Amino acid sequence: MAEIFTSAFWAEYGGILAEGVWDTLMMTAVSTFLAYLIGLPMGVVMILTQPHGIRPNRVVNAVLGWIINIGRSLPFIILMIALFPFTKFVVGTKIGIKGAVVPLVVSAAPFIARMVETSLSEVDAGVVEAAQSMGASNFQIVWKVYLPEAKPSLVLGGSVVLIAIVGYTAMAGTMGAGGLGDLAIRYGHQRNVPSVMWITVIFLIILVQVVQSVFSRLSVRIDKRLK
Amino acid sequence: MSESIIQIQHLTKNFGGGPGEVHALADINLDIRQGEIFGIIGLSGAGKSTLVRCMNLLERPTSGTVLVDGKDMTALSEGELRLQRRKITMIFQSFNLLMQRTCLKNVCFPMEIAGVPKAQARKRAGELLELVGLADKANAYPAQLSGGQKQRVAVARALATDPKVLLCDEATSALDPTTTVSILELLKDLNAKLGVTVVVITHQMSVIEAICSRVAILDGGSVAELGPVQDIFSNPSTDAARRLVYPGGASVSQYPAGTRAARVSFNGGTVNQPLIASLAIDCGVKVSILGADTRSVGGKATGTMLLSLPDDPNEAARALSYIRSQPYITVEEVEYRG
Ligand SMILES: Nc1ncnc2c1ncn2[C@@H]1O[C@H](COP(=O)(O)OP(=O)(O)OP(=O)(O)O)[C@@H](O)[C@H]1O
Ligand SMILES: [Mg+2]
Repeated sequence: MAEIFTSAFWAEYGGILAEGVWDTLMMTAVSTFLAYLIGLPMGVVMILTQPHGIRPNRVVNAVLGWIINIGRSLPFIILMIALFPFTKFVVGTKIGIKGAVVPLVVSAAPFIARMVETSLSEVDAGVVEAAQSMGASNFQIVWKVYLPEAKPSLVLGGSVVLIAIVGYTAMAGTMGAGGLGDLAIRYGHQRNVPSVMWITVIFLIILVQVVQSVFSRLSVRIDKRLK
Repeated sequence: MSESIIQIQHLTKNFGGGPGEVHALADINLDIRQGEIFGIIGLSGAGKSTLVRCMNLLERPTSGTVLVDGKDMTALSEGELRLQRRKITMIFQSFNLLMQRTCLKNVCFPMEIAGVPKAQARKRAGELLELVGLADKANAYPAQLSGGQKQRVAVARALATDPKVLLCDEATSALDPTTTVSILELLKDLNAKLGVTVVVITHQMSVIEAICSRVAILDGGSVAELGPVQDIFSNPSTDAARRLVYPGGASVSQYPAGTRAARVSFNGGTVNQPLIASLAIDCGVKVSILGADTRSVGGKATGTMLLSLPDDPNEAARALSYIRSQPYITVEEVEYRG
């Protein structure tokens, strides 16, 4: 462990560690963004179509609910392998950041859908009804009532999603995606350089702490109910 | 007689189906006139909320028609209904403000929905907040306001689309007596100033007495009585009406027909106003309490009390005028019939 304080260690591993950090951040950011593009509308549709929603639809609600549950019940690592042909078809490769983003998005989207659904379900039904009584369309209710009123909760949910995706990227790393998970396995396990693994662990701990505290603070700051 | 703004014909509303079906409203016929303050009163579960929600079609009637400003609400397309709803807005018991928006932005909300240009909406919202006495709270968030202030913002918001009708579903039920009085005053004021028709839903007699010109008594999903407030209160002819007019505890059969009685309403004066004692001391009239349903909330008395008046007409008149002179108390003579 002491070697991590030597310049020789950093001369040898600094480059790949920096690259690993960068790859992890990229994978996390890109797949979170894309997963929200899919998961957020799914969560909204779940809320709208529920029995007491503003556009109840049993079939849509049930089918979407199943899809979300299936997506959520598959362990990420299995999903990733199962998706290899699909991934190859979509982005042309199974490995690297590009290869990892596909399974990350597929796996995170249903998770996000549930997080969004939970956040939106906290919005007071009375406020939604008030908007209806003023002649708001369903689209306006989503944009002007559900999403803004649930914003603090959505932000908090965002931190949970981000942290989960960081964890998935580490797993993806072991299957050729690069990033910190890849380093931890390759150096820490296969080449027996545990210090590299420990550094990735320390970095992940810091990353999770930072994400959590930034998002928690942001959520409190934007929540006007607490003023 | 002015024109009617809301006409309800043969309205029924059932919930669910099969054996568990709830008949919330049965053959309701109502005519609410332009510019009046109309009260709908009934006990819990009588169907008041269902009725008012059928007026703006938040609830779709099972059968019957609801005409608002001449248009049959049940026959409108979704788009037309949204437009029509700007004419018949609503305030709620729980205020239902957008918690993440300032007061000003809350008032802007219905105008945003209606596509009013932003600058114009803000200006109008400012005026409306001023109208309800909250100009200084424009940039405050609802969480920073008291219940009464929140309801004022809700009123301003409801007026933003220049509605013809303002529906108030238990709008004062979550407020203390003093605040209730001030919100009722506001509604009365707006009715006079803007000519907006107000429909007040409540389970409190005092609310009806304070501002309504006519009242419908709803009982078990039907209109039990309908007419001017004074008539109904001084001469309730159905059981449902009597239950509401005569406060709890007054057993009708206990007194001979023709007992002279006075219905006293406490509208938020201090609780330690010793009315009965001062009647005896100040004007030498002894009365007994036939029934009472009074409450003290935050040191303010609300509710009603039924007093038997002395047989001697002079004494009775003296008692009535004494009670009438008390602040925060209204009284009317009723014939207490078995
Ligand atoms: N969505 C619903 N589904 C089933 N039953 C309902 C529904 N809404 C109302 N009801 C029933 O209809 C009847 C009338 O309810 P409503 O809410 O209109 O009463 P209310 O007079 O407003 O009572 P309260 O003073 O308690 O608000 C009640 O029996 C109630 O249980
Ligand atoms: Mg109700």
